[in-house]
Amino acid sequence: MTSATHIDFLSKRKLAFYFSGTLLLISIVSFFVKGLDLGIDFTGGSLYELHYNQAADLDKMRSTLEQQGFADANLQHFGSAADVLIRLKPVENISQKELSEKVLSVANSSQSQPGELRRVEFVGPQVGDDLVNDGGLALFFAFVGIMVYVSIRFEWKLSLSAIAALFHDSIITMGFFSVFGWEFDMTVLSAILALIGYSINDTIVVYDRIRETVRTSRIKESINEIVNTALNDTLSRTILTSLTVFLTLLALAFLGGKTIHGFAIAMLIGVVKGTYSSIYIASSLALSLGLSRDDLMPPAKDSVVDDMP
Amino acid sequence: MQNHFPVWKNILVIFVLLVGTIYALPNLYGNDPAVQLASSNPTPLQQSQADAVAASIKNAGFALKSFEFAEGKILARFNNTDDQMKAADMLREQMSGKATVALNLAPATPAWLRAFGANPMHLGLDLRGGVHFLLEVDMDSALKQAEERYTNDIRSAFRDAKVRYQSVSKESGGIKVVLPNEESRVAATEVLNKDFRALDLVESGPNEFTLNIPERNLREIKKAALGQNITTLRNRVNELGVAEPIIQQQGDSRIVVQLPGVQDTTRAKELLGTTATLEYRLVDVEHDVQSALGGHEPIGSRLYKDKNGAPVLLKRAVIVTGDQITDASSGLDQDGSPAVFITLDGVGAKKMGKMTQENIGKPMAVVFIEYKSETRVVNGEKVQHKEKVEKVISVATIRDSFSKRFQTTGLDSPEEARTLALLLRAGALAAPVEIVEERTVGPSLGQENIDQGMMSITAGFLLVVFFMVVYYRAFGLIANFALLFNVVLLISIMSVLQATLTLPGMAGIVLTVGMAVDANVLINERIREELRNGLSRQASIYVGYEKAFATILDSNVTHFIVAVLLFGFGTGPVKGFALVLMIGIATSVFTAVTGTRMLVNWFYGNDHRADKISI
Repeated sequence: MTSATHIDFLSKRKLAFYFSGTLLLISIVSFFVKGLDLGIDFTGGSLYELHYNQAADLDKMRSTLEQQGFADANLQHFGSAADVLIRLKPVENISQKELSEKVLSVANSSQSQPGELRRVEFVGPQVGDDLVNDGGLALFFAFVGIMVYVSIRFEWKLSLSAIAALFHDSIITMGFFSVFGWEFDMTVLSAILALIGYSINDTIVVYDRIRETVRTSRIKESINEIVNTALNDTLSRTILTSLTVFLTLLALAFLGGKTIHGFAIAMLIGVVKGTYSSIYIASSLALSLGLSRDDLMPPAKDSVVDDMP
Repeated sequence: MQNHFPVWKNILVIFVLLVGTIYALPNLYGNDPAVQLASSNPTPLQQSQADAVAASIKNAGFALKSFEFAEGKILARFNNTDDQMKAADMLREQMSGKATVALNLAPATPAWLRAFGANPMHLGLDLRGGVHFLLEVDMDSALKQAEERYTNDIRSAFRDAKVRYQSVSKESGGIKVVLPNEESRVAATEVLNKDFRALDLVESGPNEFTLNIPERNLREIKKAALGQNITTLRNRVNELGVAEPIIQQQGDSRIVVQLPGVQDTTRAKELLGTTATLEYRLVDVEHDVQSALGGHEPIGSRLYKDKNGAPVLLKRAVIVTGDQITDASSGLDQDGSPAVFITLDGVGAKKMGKMTQENIGKPMAVVFIEYKSETRVVNGEKVQHKEKVEKVISVATIRDSFSKRFQTTGLDSPEEARTLALLLRAGALAAPVEIVEERTVGPSLGQENIDQGMMSITAGFLLVVFFMVVYYRAFGLIANFALLFNVVLLISIMSVLQATLTLPGMAGIVLTVGMAVDANVLINERIREELRNGLSRQASIYVGYEKAFATILDSNVTHFIVAVLLFGFGTGPVKGFALVLMIGIATSVFTAVTGTRMLVNWFYGNDHRADKISI
């Protein structure tokens, strides 16, 4: 076996576990202390994006809204000083139709010229719960589906470690959103799901290589050596693919506009974590679980992968 | 060792590339601003009307790009949105009452592409602007209405069969039937077993029954209510004049309504959400209103309020209800006050004819009924707020008998008359609906989203292309062709499926571009490795592809599983993203493996030099 690199990944295993453990701990503590700044997709409420021809005076708009009973209105510039995003939690005792008319007139009354309403989103209290449930179910089934597939194609220790790596990726990515107080909306949730797809893809490539290396290795090589060789063999690919994905995500983050900025940021974090976890969580955890050569040796008759491309 | 594809494989790849290109092409042509006219009554537009419309557009000096008349619909394309808007305003006035006029963006696909059945993808509301509503159907009131219907039916069945009964009433636990004696109990049992077998019958006491709607029928009732609501909403939206609206069921009690291009959401909300209908009742002149106010409401009559809040005593028996109205139009009556002109169906006309004939000289009232349903948050609790607003809009003395056609006055404004006529025409909602989600995107934001989406796809693509060429040289170039082919295929499949492209969908394309080269990276790294291991270049290519393919398959299958789940559980924006991801994964395996292999075979398959390979 010749590899371009000979890095002893596994010797740094302990360090990696501490590192991941710390990040996980920070994330989880942050969930309890700060929580996630959930978007209106989940909490219900409404959102208005206004575009003015002049720079909008947020302070004035905020105080006017406050006087009119919208004390918890969340105002921010959106992309430029002329764009304003107003977010409201579900407001008591007012119909949605009245609400949007009132918010608009109040917001506009605070500025010298009325603005253009670019976007309205209203999510009723009964929808948010459904979205949380559906998102949770999607996550759950994604984990189960992957676990089953990896168990069948590989074996259970790898399967379990792969799932652990995915948990690690998604919790830490969400942790970033919690710690920095970024808004967690529907697009961020889909980014989490998408990065699970990305991360498992990465992990499977490494697993595939581990299995192959086991089958071609000499009997005296330890499983640790084998895993390390496999990691080295796939290292250039792991880095290259992460890089191309990272590049496209950078394009999305900088050019894709405000609406999918959250998505791009979550994916960017996720790609870095996913690459790291494929190496340090998915593989070394399997070793800690007692992965052995025998687990990956072909059964009596190996089914050859069917066709040539 | 040589690397060759059998002829059929080469042909397959080239064929797929060609077909893919043809079906992806329509997306390059963009859209024409257009005006669409459709008949507002059941008879479709005629050729003569189409000619008249074409002539009036030309006479007004608007340059037409093209004019199509097919299946009773007119599609007039313009060169710019300015002409489109002005022409639409003109036509709206001209065709008022005859046709609905809607602004549309018609795909500018050339005829030769349309001959292949090639059409561009739909653009989502976030890209073209418009409004999205999610409506929740109030199923409780649908069930309550069904129980009410059964209660009335049982009463009349008893009357027809001459069964004496003490009471038939709708209680919380079902419909309660109380009978005076054993004899009528037997007779009632017979009637109930014969005509109301669909209901569960329980003997709840001596001479007392409780009837329940069984679970299976409840589902039927809900399904019917949802179905009728969708039909009604579709009628109403057609009246609004929206091109390509989407009205779809979501789950078992919700309806999605998407109106591309609509900006006036207030009017749209009003039309979608209201459950307004009319009822015609006789005024009870035998009893005193004052004593009824004092709590002595006579049996068979009920107190209503008129528009000014004054009490009116009306008979409980309805002459005609809103669902017997087949047509309604608004206008002014002889005195110049706003009126709705009503046409009844056969049954309604017969009843109305009989009633008016028997009651000449007596007053009749028109009751306007509106259901409102709303969920509000009060003290942190979700409270469903339901209201049935009934008001008497007019009381008039029957001067002559009438049946099929007549007019109703007493409306506040021509606007109210128009809306009421529209609602009556479109039919009533079977159950009240409530808007539980709204998303409105202005047209300028839509265009901005398209531009930004396109920009990030292009930038992402160029970055990857550049990177691949620098790192892998010739093999990178080949991978780049495959990547382009992949995007073309992805877009063509989206177009053939007539899928909707959204902003998250564009994000999906960007991500697909980034991930699709993964297969090539795997293959190329493998080839490099085999070369390092000392294999010949032909063998390296062969082994590299073969070994990498197993990995590519495994990793893409797991990725695909995630994408399918994302599609299955996701809603709205997530679904659009997941669809692109799914298609992108499938096409990338084909292009990145089979597509590049073909090119590699062409360039290197016959080359026996063992030294030089550009990877």
